[in-house]
Amino acid sequence: MTTVEAPPTLAVSDLVKHFPVRGGGGKVVVQAVSGVSFQIGAGRTLGLVGESGSGKSTVGRCVLQLLEPTAGTVEFEGKNLVGLSNRELRPYRKRIQIVFQDPYASLDPRMTVRAIIAEPLIVHRIKGDREERVRDLLALVGLNPEHGNRYPHEFSGGQRQRIGIARAIALEPAMIVLDEPVSALDVSIQAGVVNLLEDLQDRLGLAYLFIAHDLSVVRHISDEIAVMYLGKIVEYGEAEKVYEHPQHPYTQALLSAVPVPEPSLERGRSRIMLQGDPPSPVDPPSGCRFRTRCWLAQDICAQEEPELKDRGAGTEVACHFAGTKPAGFDAKPS
Amino acid sequence: MTDIRETAAVVATEPGATADAVSTAALGMGVKPLTPTKLAWRRFRRHKLAMASAVILLVIVVMCTFAPLFTKYSWNTLIRNPSGGLERFLHPQHGHWLGTDELGKDWYTNVLYGGRVSLEVGVMAALASTFVGTIIGVAAGYYGGWLDNLLMRITDLFLAIPLIVSLILLTGLPANEPWARTLFGPSQSVRSVTTIIALFFWMPVARILRGLVLSLKEKEFVEAARAAGASDGRIMFRHLIPNCTGQIIINTTLSVAAAVLLEGALSYLGFGVDPVKTPTWGNLLAHAQGQTQLLPALTYGPGIALVLTVLCVNFVGDGLRDALDPKQLSV
Amino acid sequence: MADTSLANLLQSSESADTRPALGERVLEIRDLNVTFKTEDGPVYAVRGFDLDLDAGEVLGIVGESGSGKSVTMLAVLGLLPRTAQITGSVKFRGEELIGRKPKELQAIRGEKIAMIFQDPLTALNPVIRVGKQITEALRAHHTDLDQREAMGRAVELLDSVGIPRPEVRVMQYPHEFSGGMRQRAMIAMMLANDPQVIVADEPTTALDVTIQSQILELLKSVQERTRTAVAFITHDLGVIAHVADRVQVMYAGRAAELSSADVLFHRSRHPYTRGLLASLPSLTGRTGRLLPIVGAPPSMLNPPPGCAFHPRCPNAQGKCAGEQPPFDPIDGDPKHRIACYFPVSADGPQT
Repeated sequence: MTTVEAPPTLAVSDLVKHFPVRGGGGKVVVQAVSGVSFQIGAGRTLGLVGESGSGKSTVGRCVLQLLEPTAGTVEFEGKNLVGLSNRELRPYRKRIQIVFQDPYASLDPRMTVRAIIAEPLIVHRIKGDREERVRDLLALVGLNPEHGNRYPHEFSGGQRQRIGIARAIALEPAMIVLDEPVSALDVSIQAGVVNLLEDLQDRLGLAYLFIAHDLSVVRHISDEIAVMYLGKIVEYGEAEKVYEHPQHPYTQALLSAVPVPEPSLERGRSRIMLQGDPPSPVDPPSGCRFRTRCWLAQDICAQEEPELKDRGAGTEVACHFAGTKPAGFDAKPS
Repeated sequence: MTDIRETAAVVATEPGATADAVSTAALGMGVKPLTPTKLAWRRFRRHKLAMASAVILLVIVVMCTFAPLFTKYSWNTLIRNPSGGLERFLHPQHGHWLGTDELGKDWYTNVLYGGRVSLEVGVMAALASTFVGTIIGVAAGYYGGWLDNLLMRITDLFLAIPLIVSLILLTGLPANEPWARTLFGPSQSVRSVTTIIALFFWMPVARILRGLVLSLKEKEFVEAARAAGASDGRIMFRHLIPNCTGQIIINTTLSVAAAVLLEGALSYLGFGVDPVKTPTWGNLLAHAQGQTQLLPALTYGPGIALVLTVLCVNFVGDGLRDALDPKQLSV
Repeated sequence: MADTSLANLLQSSESADTRPALGERVLEIRDLNVTFKTEDGPVYAVRGFDLDLDAGEVLGIVGESGSGKSVTMLAVLGLLPRTAQITGSVKFRGEELIGRKPKELQAIRGEKIAMIFQDPLTALNPVIRVGKQITEALRAHHTDLDQREAMGRAVELLDSVGIPRPEVRVMQYPHEFSGGMRQRAMIAMMLANDPQVIVADEPTTALDVTIQSQILELLKSVQERTRTAVAFITHDLGVIAHVADRVQVMYAGRAAELSSADVLFHRSRHPYTRGLLASLPSLTGRTGRLLPIVGAPPSMLNPPPGCAFHPRCPNAQGKCAGEQPPFDPIDGDPKHRIACYFPVSADGPQT
């Protein structure tokens, strides 16, 4: 991992978030996030991947305190944000920002672009020429600075996303949480926005928590990767290592399921086919949560939850049988 | 700040940046910004019926508001003939287009002055009730929890109370109870009638806005504002309410129609504004009712004025509903 | 050849040997134009589009927003709203579909040409049990089936698409199914009447990648078993590589390139196709800066004159803004066509 003297920009420890289920009488909860820990160093990108129900979006919102964590700590530049009141959180809001997935819903349709980008500046009463600042920001994200007085509906999806990015960097944060920032964009536009994010990271020294389900994009932009399944991290390490030598069977299945734009490669691949659907986060399986769909599962998997730790391959894995080579077609759970 | 400046200059020279400026033109961005208001106005213009109604309404409002310009009499002037006698029960004719009543008052003048009051009551009641309803609805929707529960139960309570009966009872109160007099105003005055009507008009607005706010507050642009550190107040006033203006305007408009009609009904029953103090379309109708034996035409004036106004306001409201369709203006 | 009476259509649905022979042309689209009347003016969603589909093959249709890929297929099925003006020709096994009465199209839809949609949650009626939705589809086209027989067939169908415990599932409501299972149920419904053409409109876009993998396998096995012609609409080039025999690339309502899948990924000639392929981040190796296509897909209210791609094209020259380039074969290969005056060289860099 990164070796820095200063505390990492973000250090999350044992983050837990449970949502009560209506009618459950308070006892029944959706265990969206069940003990997640990771770190992001200054200027680094952590890619958080997982499918629906993995809890990755919830992690993002908990980091920003948009949702209040049920337990655990979120240390931003050394200070734990959990449990702080709105007023105490305010100065930190300047330092950590968010870009959302939906370019259509993330901008207030009744505000001009200028007002949208300037809002963080107004909320935090930043002095100085706001007009000029907004124009600079628009130029920075590749938009025409003259278009500040337009409304969001006059822009394309990719442009709206750029506006959202401009808003996020308005206060010169140290870190940005990106929640599926390019998933809703056309493929040919995604590349441009990804490039912009990388440029901004280089020039402004931003740290990114990049939450996505598109593994190709995540591979491109991330330094480290954390793979989530049903509220837990199952594999965590340097991007290169995780993609080239995945240790956890879920990571292996995930990587093998992604269709690659190369017909000869694609058709000849041996695939790992996971059977069935992911279990419900209301009632997750005992022990290892992946065991119900895992072809390596044994008795110990139901009894003992595997710890997330380095098992010799240089990445942290939560599996009793980490590193076993994948089986092949239609691997069924034993 | 300078940091961003320098970075901006460098990035702007890259091909990606300027190409976006080019594609902006290709996107068909007009020369002037297309505000949501302009879009709405364009859509409203397409509604022929609403436009026609708006014009008629404008005429009515202007004539009533600037009544002295349209009639030389006052509403309580008694018209006398050259020999000094009262000109009573004149049929509609040149100079007295709607005739005169049993006291010799010019009816056309009365309808104009009556319109002033009817419209005033209608508009003020609608505005007041919308204002109250908006506050309650937005607060309930935004905060949820016990506040929402409390406010919604109060709303339900008011909705359950029978309307006309309560109105009648309340109009009588200020005559007997001093506290009612301070709260509502003197019995059967314009102020008290307006206030009492408004008291029963805010509930639909509250409900509608609560629903709107419930769905809006989950939208990502609200989350973005919260992430930026915006206070609750800022979110409610700067983000939520502006995105509800469509509904608010529609509701206010329709409330005006309903309030004018209600005032008419109240006055007709004798519980509205005191006819001695000032005419309203309602009490004019009541008055004319009593004289149908002798001059039925007296009912035409206030009756048509009332119905026409209410119809036109409703059509305009319909047009507004189309023009301000939330699907097209917001997300 | 083309006898277009309704009676004929109905009759042919009952006879046994109406399945097309392998390689027979089942769908032929010529010069299709779809224009929508909107309050902002006419939107030219599809402009002069041609397409061929043969029995037994999977044709992938690739495009981004505004390409018109979905609208084209909806036009074929007659599912567009009344504000749509459609001209051109769409022939299903020689019989013209454009201008047909809605009742006639109904007979074809679901039975001869079936469609799977992207979001199974909205495509399935949430207040009707899944089994009933399947039996409805069955009995709409086979009036001689009674409810019991139809339900039995429904259970068989759910089983054939890999839904466990189909006899229980058949009595459940859509919301009790997971996303992947709902899509399987949709596929079952679509298969109910043994269609000759399957149109799949982004069937896996809304699904998790591991579930997508399952559904794609299912579709492939169905197609291999029944030898149905499949038109597979998607924006995901990885999925195209997985399922498609031939690929048609659409841009701004028109065809840009048509070729076999292999040729498309290795020897595409249209600048848009190349740009698309080049902009994809790689799963297998960390590339340097990504290569976007500058600009954005055009608004179909005001499509650019001539070749719609020219404002974004690195090869564009004066001629491109003038007249739309014809969609002609290239490299002497009649199966490889592009609409471009200045195609990319055959041995340019590839993925």
